[in-house]
Amino acid sequence: MTVDVLIGKTYAPTTYAVGREKVREYALAVGETDPLYLDVEAARTAGHRDVVAPPMFAAVYSAPALGPAIFDPEVGIDFALMVHGGQEFRWGPLVVAGDEITTTVAVKDITRRDALGFYVFESVSTNQDAHTVCVGTWTNIVRGGA
Amino acid sequence: MNVGDALPELKVTPDRYLTVRYAGASGDFNPIHIDEEFARQVGLPGRILHGLWTMAQVARAQTQAAGGPHALARLNVQFRGVGRPEREIEVSGIVAEVRDDVAIIHAVAKQDGKAIIRNAEAELRR
Repeated sequence: MTVDVLIGKTYAPTTYAVGREKVREYALAVGETDPLYLDVEAARTAGHRDVVAPPMFAAVYSAPALGPAIFDPEVGIDFALMVHGGQEFRWGPLVVAGDEITTTVAVKDITRRDALGFYVFESVSTNQDAHTVCVGTWTNIVRGGA
Repeated sequence: MNVGDALPELKVTPDRYLTVRYAGASGDFNPIHIDEEFARQVGLPGRILHGLWTMAQVARAQTQAAGGPHALARLNVQFRGVGRPEREIEVSGIVAEVRDDVAIIHAVAKQDGKAIIRNAEAELRR
């Protein structure tokens, strides 16, 4: 199978329920000190329903949807030879504890340059109100080519 | 923010067990981040930082400078080399462009003088 036919292939969506303590755990692990992420009262005073997820929490709620794409035998990534080459996130409305985020992943591009394969996946994450909260572009580089 | 302005530099030293806490917080338990022996077996110098943790430091430098998470509209990074625990990381950034409603920041994260995230570009809502 040539890689072209895989472009646009999508995988089953995953839904992630954003928990207050998970947001706090994540915020502390990445060194965030803004009370918006840690203190419910501070978040509510600022007009949010609950603690706010730091933008990079997108890596947590969208990652489960990436697994089936990275391990798709048709895509054929050798996981042992894969490195995370690049990442982009575009954010919409803030995510807060209590949100349910549904993420769908698609194969965006597969190219070969020199002895490297570039596998690009796109994740689109929407909240329970159907607002797009994050679009991620995940670039994985595999030694040995595509 | 004006073109050429530098963002306040963010300095952070991930402690010995940071990768374990981040693995738990993020769900990424790839052993190259948490198992010294495994990391060496696959040719790494030892356990390495999660790239997305380092990217979160670049994001934190942006949101702290911009006054909160609402301001960060986009962040794009390239990962290079490997980050290691127990060594200081410095995130720096400079305002590259200012338009009506957004500012574009160019940023880098360095450890031991080497860029482990380079060509980072952030878009901040004004």
